[in-house]
Amino acid sequence: MSHDWYSDFVNSGFGRAVAGNVGLPPVPKLRRWEPGQPLLSGAALLGTATADGRVAKVVRAVLADANVEVHEDPAAPIGGGSSSSKVAAAVLDATGLSSPRDLAAVQQFLTPVMRRVGPSGRILVLGDVPAQAERPAVRAARRSLEGLVRSAAKEARYGATVNLIHVADGAENDLESTLRFFLSSRSAFVDGQRLDVGVVPGYAGSSAGTDWDHPVTGKVAVVTGAARGIGRTVAQTLARDGATVVAVDVPAAGDALAHTANDVGGTALQLDITGEGAGEAILEHCRRHGGIDIVVHNAGITRDKLLANQDTDRWNSVIDVNLNSQLAINDVLLASGDDDGFHRGGRIVTVSSMAGIAGNRGQTAYGASKAGVIGLVEATAPLLADKDATINAVAPGFIETAMTAAMPVGTREAGRRLSSLTQGGLPVDVAETIAWFAQGASYAINGQVLRVDGQNYLGA
Amino acid sequence: MASPRRAAVVGANRIPFARSNGAYARASNQDMLTAALDGLVARFGLTEERMGEVVAGAVLKHSRDFNLTREAVLGSRLSAATPTYDVQQACGTGLEAAILISNKIALGQIEVGIAGGVDTTSDAPIAVNDDLREVLLEANRAKSTAGVVKALAGLRPGQLVPEIPANREPRTGMAMGEHAAITAAHWGIERTAQDELTALSHQNLAKAYDAGFFDDLMTPFLGLTKDNNLRGDSTVEKLGKLKPVFFPAGGDKAEATMTAGNSTPLTDGAATVLLASDEWAAERGLPVLAHLVDAETAAVDYVHGDEGLLMAPAYAVPRLLERNGLTLQDFDFYEIHEAFASTVLATLAAWESPQFCKERLGLDAPLGSIDRGKLNVHGSSLAAGHPFAATGARIVPTLAKTIHENGGGRGLISICAAGGQGVVAILEA
Repeated sequence: MSHDWYSDFVNSGFGRAVAGNVGLPPVPKLRRWEPGQPLLSGAALLGTATADGRVAKVVRAVLADANVEVHEDPAAPIGGGSSSSKVAAAVLDATGLSSPRDLAAVQQFLTPVMRRVGPSGRILVLGDVPAQAERPAVRAARRSLEGLVRSAAKEARYGATVNLIHVADGAENDLESTLRFFLSSRSAFVDGQRLDVGVVPGYAGSSAGTDWDHPVTGKVAVVTGAARGIGRTVAQTLARDGATVVAVDVPAAGDALAHTANDVGGTALQLDITGEGAGEAILEHCRRHGGIDIVVHNAGITRDKLLANQDTDRWNSVIDVNLNSQLAINDVLLASGDDDGFHRGGRIVTVSSMAGIAGNRGQTAYGASKAGVIGLVEATAPLLADKDATINAVAPGFIETAMTAAMPVGTREAGRRLSSLTQGGLPVDVAETIAWFAQGASYAINGQVLRVDGQNYLGA
Repeated sequence: MASPRRAAVVGANRIPFARSNGAYARASNQDMLTAALDGLVARFGLTEERMGEVVAGAVLKHSRDFNLTREAVLGSRLSAATPTYDVQQACGTGLEAAILISNKIALGQIEVGIAGGVDTTSDAPIAVNDDLREVLLEANRAKSTAGVVKALAGLRPGQLVPEIPANREPRTGMAMGEHAAITAAHWGIERTAQDELTALSHQNLAKAYDAGFFDDLMTPFLGLTKDNNLRGDSTVEKLGKLKPVFFPAGGDKAEATMTAGNSTPLTDGAATVLLASDEWAAERGLPVLAHLVDAETAAVDYVHGDEGLLMAPAYAVPRLLERNGLTLQDFDFYEIHEAFASTVLATLAAWESPQFCKERLGLDAPLGSIDRGKLNVHGSSLAAGHPFAATGARIVPTLAKTIHENGGGRGLISICAAGGQGVVAILEA
């Protein structure tokens, strides 16, 4: 990984003074999760935009369960402080909007909040799903929240994030893992994003009894591309959260893979995922663990070339590893038995990319494969609903890995600074999002693609 | 002979084998054995698990490595509560280690164990010569400064020449290759036949790699992902161009047949194999590739007698067959260690010879020939290389997986060893 000297400088005493005088962007140090950390580092404000809000009750209950001090009167003094004391989070129930005029209530809640949310604070807006509204005025109001949230995220400072959750009709009680993820420091690098909960019908599950410090306890998780980089961190994160990890990578990376597997107390499977029978080989290996609960399709390659210089062999290798292998393995998982195959209630998490959403110069093959992953997720989600299973994707932005360390300095600095959080993310930020999708308690999240990019401007 | 239960070959891990003074030039036996163990731990999720025993050894060993296997286990991810011991039976070490583990499993003394072997010819021990050693020991024994000075006064420049281990029989002073050349000449093993066996070994090993056969038997090490002695494009024609390097003492040099191609090179590497009771494997949902049925060792008098140094397996196999009520043809696969191509061919010739079988083995009829299509089907030492003690732990899982992929069957392992010894075993599934 390439060291972020700029961040060191502006966070030093001298550097902070210089940066302040000449207007250099600050680089906030983000709060990140560790076992036992409280959900929030301080109090939370809770507001409702309309009288018809239907999720405030659930938010209240989750915060109470997590022992968070909640204030619903923004004028009330907090703890031993005043009514302007910093808060760790602000949550607004913005469901029930009937026209764009109702947005004023959202503005009235958020305006004071922007100055009151502390470092690595969380601003979370919960709204209705626009597509579930028929009247233009209602749908317009619902859709407005997205523009508001994305803009506010660009204004928030000191590592605070602003995100929007769309809650489908009837999904009010299926929000706990989502609320806990977005409020906690597990979502440190998720900023300016939208997530839909409960939009794929027929989901089933429960978050009752979840050990939130170890939310995947007893689960068997397969992670491809686990020898190094983000995959290795995903393996470590899932193991930390309680899973038995099966680490998969190509035989040529076997020594690093063995290191990962032994590090997390899991098993190593040396396998070319593009090979014939790769899905069956994964199933066969996992029989020893009694089947599979979680599959993380992390393995991916880049063979960057300008399209004008691209050749079909390189093109095909990217599409095969990044896309076709996932399709083939998913087919095997879907056809497998519940007993010692892909279990009922299983989770598939795949890795898309900012390049698949916004495109990247020199990455036509990679961008195509990663956009394809989104199509795969959307089409597979309803198929998995029959099995009470889910599939979702994470789309990383600029993440500090060996791959980004190899970039030219200018490109790397632009990748880091041109984002709302003015820094690159860490592999663990991607891993935390994957691990949250992988939770049994995330049963109502299906078919979603969430960017983990600090609201990167380049991939907007 | 019925044993209480048969030990199961569950799986294995080895590092790719490297030609001497190449990829592993700076790796020690302990480094390589630890890496092989850690790969096995990763494949089977054995972190912090206590094995009944780990048994391994090395032929070329530093004196500080008296507890080599224990040190490797302590450096690995296995539980530090895993007991170990070292064995050394020259090239038979790896197979003997597997037999020892299997016997304890059969007797119910342990449920699971790891057998292994490692050797480096690159990081070899170098000893001071005996004259210097005597002077230094005398100085160490001296009780006064004057005594030390007196002892050290015995130092001479010639004593600084170190003793480097050589692939040489102590009692004959002959290289193993020279011994093998005598045997080859005795049995009239032709150059072409040796080169054909060699080319096939390379081709079979290359095919096995291409088919992913070693994906669950091997973990890369120090940048090597395949045995680097392997020449997949090896042919009889190419091998035919090499000059002979081993000559039978007193024989006609023009008739020499053994080259660097049809002899195994000096090699560095390590191999391990996981053996367990069926119950242990079943509890963990692990496959049983094959069972180790029985084993036999033999030795021949190559010093005073007239038997070839590497011919002991020719004696061990008939004894093993008789005890198990089998004939030489009752096998689906044969793994005959390719110390030299001529050794394999001389062993097969001996079993086909009515005279040898009658006079040396006391049999009424020869053991007969084998179907050569069943011999070393995934390549053997000529292609993979031969880190002495590791070879047995390479062959056992290779044969076990071959039988498993075949959907069952029976296989014979035959390994010749320095000192005129041989170790043979039967696997079955």
